[in-house]
Amino acid sequence: MLTVLAPGPLTTVQDRGRPGHAGIGVTRSGAADPASADLANRLVGNRPEAAVLEVTAGGLRVRAGRTLLVAVTGAPAPVEIDGRPAPFAAPTTLHPGAVLALGAPHRGLRSYVAVRGGIGVPPVLGSRSTDTLSGLGPPPLAAGTLLPVGDLAGEEPFVDVAPVGAPQDRPVLHVLPGPRREWLADAAWHALTAQEWQVGNDSDRVGLRLAGPHLARARDGELPSEGLVPGALQVPPDGAPVLFLADHPVTGGYPVLAVVVTADLPLAAQLRPGDGVHFRAAR
Amino acid sequence: MERSGTGVRVLPYGDRALLVEVEDASAVAGIRRALEAGPLPGQRELVPAARTVLVVLDRAPTDHDVAVLRRLPVTAAGPEATAAPVTLPVVWDGPDLAEVAALVGRAVPDLVAALTEVEFTVAFGGFAPGFGYLTGLPAELHVPRRATPRTRVPAGSVGLAGPYAGVYPRASPGGWQLVGRTDAVLFDVDREPPALLAPGVRVRFHGMG
Repeated sequence: MLTVLAPGPLTTVQDRGRPGHAGIGVTRSGAADPASADLANRLVGNRPEAAVLEVTAGGLRVRAGRTLLVAVTGAPAPVEIDGRPAPFAAPTTLHPGAVLALGAPHRGLRSYVAVRGGIGVPPVLGSRSTDTLSGLGPPPLAAGTLLPVGDLAGEEPFVDVAPVGAPQDRPVLHVLPGPRREWLADAAWHALTAQEWQVGNDSDRVGLRLAGPHLARARDGELPSEGLVPGALQVPPDGAPVLFLADHPVTGGYPVLAVVVTADLPLAAQLRPGDGVHFRAAR
Repeated sequence: MERSGTGVRVLPYGDRALLVEVEDASAVAGIRRALEAGPLPGQRELVPAARTVLVVLDRAPTDHDVAVLRRLPVTAAGPEATAAPVTLPVVWDGPDLAEVAALVGRAVPDLVAALTEVEFTVAFGGFAPGFGYLTGLPAELHVPRRATPRTRVPAGSVGLAGPYAGVYPRASPGGWQLVGRTDAVLFDVDREPPALLAPGVRVRFHGMG
């Protein structure tokens, strides 16, 4: 058992999400930065489907109810155990009663805390993820939340520390053409890939709002709603694109100009409001 | 990309998906059913919509996938896999019932009788978990959305908008014309299947009182 003393701005339980239900309006959800969540699980020897904590902009404090093995990955938040610095991206033992605290990361947005065994909240439609768009899954953590530890431990971990760099400043996200490139002016693709974009304040697990050059439409009219994927870059009538992340709506009614490649979605999930970002054609 | 002889276009959608575009709702149903019966290798999600079916894979799509999708039949063979129609008990006392009756030029009892005669089919979802866009409404019963959406529509509200009918699975903002309400539970994560109104399910409204 873990007791939440402080959740920070937003901490949720996340795993690999609930794929296969988009047809009935349920988005996949899951860790916004799946690479960091997977690494955290590997460091404590969890099975890949184990749930972890996704900590947005640090601020989490939890107390261990018994001896627990934990690891923190993703945005490099300063880690403390009972007020003393503790390693990042390394399996670390919490003794009963010890308090694990994450400071604010100097770069990046989302840190992941894995506990050996996984976070053992009851699954909903096969997943323990919080879907912030539709409210499925456990509510975001609050002070006083008790988190059971699950039984998804695998082999004993054998890695002492994972060599991970901090998220890049002004990362380059590689894009492939989306299905509705023809709905936008020829110049739109060039504008997307030639200039720097800035992440807007109203960004969350649903998507990033981007400010930059105006992306002009080539045609008027309404597009009937159609399916969305994580990484889809949708252009509403105001010309300011939205880059969808894990909790994207299953359908949308604006043209998708481009799609960020799956391998670069972890970089997108670490962008915070005000950060710069570039897009480059993947081929 | 060119359309195939049956009007099927396959559009690129990044490194894990393809978007199949067809000409109408019945072709969407045909494509959906063909891919339910014979999924592509690694098919993870199928998202039907008004004129498209999104096919999400756990791998990069190939030229072969595109060729297979372009050859899919747009007319479905045989009945839907789901058996009897779902019957939703409806109380016809929606706040927009009189206005809708006026818009379609019928008395309220005639409108209610017409709505209970329709056999609807869930064409697609997407607005919220468990919401289904119901097709089958005759053209003379199509009404526009409300000019001003409501900030809160109660769960179970039965609404009309354009060619569609629908039932709000839970309280939410909404702009559909509300004609009635049902106490049917449309979405329950502890039930199998969780959504009463999944794509392909046939639906009838049964008048109460």
